[in-house]
Amino acid sequence: MLDFAIIIDSLPDFARGTLLSLQLMALSLLAGFIAALPLAVARSSSSVLLSRSVGFYTYIFRGTPMLVQLLLIYYGLSQFEWMQRGWEEGNVVLLLFREPFFCAWLAFALNTTAYTTEIFAGVFKNTPLGEIEAGRAAGMTHFTLLRRIVIPAGLRRAIPTYSNEVILMLQGSAIASAVTLVDLTGAARYVYSRHFAPFEAFIFAGIIYMVLTFFLVGIFRFAELRWLAHLRPRS
Amino acid sequence: MSEIVEYFPAILQGSLLTLKVALLSLVLAVLLGLTGAAARLSTTRWLRFPAVTYTTLIRGMPDLVLMLLVFYGGQLIINDIADRFEIEPFDLDPFVAGVSTIGFIFGAYFTETFRGALMAVPSGQMEAARAYGMNRWQVFQRILFPQMLRHALPGIGNNWQVLLKSTAIVSMIGLTDITLLADQAGRTTHQPFIFYSIVAAIYLIFTAVSGWGIVRLERHYSVGVRRATL
Repeated sequence: MLDFAIIIDSLPDFARGTLLSLQLMALSLLAGFIAALPLAVARSSSSVLLSRSVGFYTYIFRGTPMLVQLLLIYYGLSQFEWMQRGWEEGNVVLLLFREPFFCAWLAFALNTTAYTTEIFAGVFKNTPLGEIEAGRAAGMTHFTLLRRIVIPAGLRRAIPTYSNEVILMLQGSAIASAVTLVDLTGAARYVYSRHFAPFEAFIFAGIIYMVLTFFLVGIFRFAELRWLAHLRPRS
Repeated sequence: MSEIVEYFPAILQGSLLTLKVALLSLVLAVLLGLTGAAARLSTTRWLRFPAVTYTTLIRGMPDLVLMLLVFYGGQLIINDIADRFEIEPFDLDPFVAGVSTIGFIFGAYFTETFRGALMAVPSGQMEAARAYGMNRWQVFQRILFPQMLRHALPGIGNNWQVLLKSTAIVSMIGLTDITLLADQAGRTTHQPFIFYSIVAAIYLIFTAVSGWGIVRLERHYSVGVRRATL
């Protein structure tokens, strides 16, 4: 059976890893949410050029594994001479690309932005025609229409789909250990190698992930009750 | 440029391996999914309960954690058993570990897909088939499966695209798929960006071709379904 002495002994490692995983996830999701709003408006706009160029970005990032995107940013970019020169000269921006945390954040944020953009664009496009007509009839400009009607109503309807993306992000962040970060999975790998105890290390990490997942599911269930009450079937 | 040409055969072989991992995992996942869906829809509580536990547990944890558990934990079990029977322990093949983990994980997602699709077939169809004297296998193969597939295809397509991309993590347990090969080639030639870009491009080709194939399949299985136009 599981050796609880090892688990208790490694609790600080697991705690630090969980904290890092949560930080990575929260910062990526925050950036993704902020970036996805204007991109989704562009993606759902009637301008073909605007919609297609955003579509190209989401296609690339949704069609390739996040692990490859992460490796491309962290290991791949170091190939270029301008990058190496920037590091020698102490260029503050380019030096960020030597930080595994920054690279993981960037890769995760770019990835979740692509998925979130498509989710938001989908709900924006499905805004009932009558609501838009009513807004125009009331004399709203295009921007006011977006700000008062399309975006707030759409974001509510996006909650169920967006909750899936948040959970996928939590679980997807497990690959951060590929770039030497000691996130929750990284902590489990460390505990495994130190005690040679795969079951204790990975089962305990899995349980923590599961608890976090259920916690997120609960938050979103609450959010749906709060903001989607008007769409619930009447009893 | 010459380095890319030099490594091209290896990269190609790696993509074949990736494809093999993905397809074998898919077969395993579909079989598990059908079994799981049948168990979830069964009237016996003792079949429903393990199926619900399976889908909940699997969907609650990252695929990488489960893969590391299977790979390192499986090796420990093999060593233990070998010890007990005093035989030479063998190394757990990362290919076997990778395929079985990915198949096991996506079996949980397919269970949900098939459950929804099976419920979407009107029960009158099955009653009519039974009334014609078909046995259970015939009902499944002639009536239930073809109709269920139409409802399941969008979900199957979605799961397949996610499965395909998650094969990249097998590189983290040492299987020489395209990602690991690109990693090695990038290190020796000092051109990691080029090689990772090639991997990304190959995955894009895979997902694009699958997307096209799924649309074709959906069209095939929707023959005879009339859609209302607004």
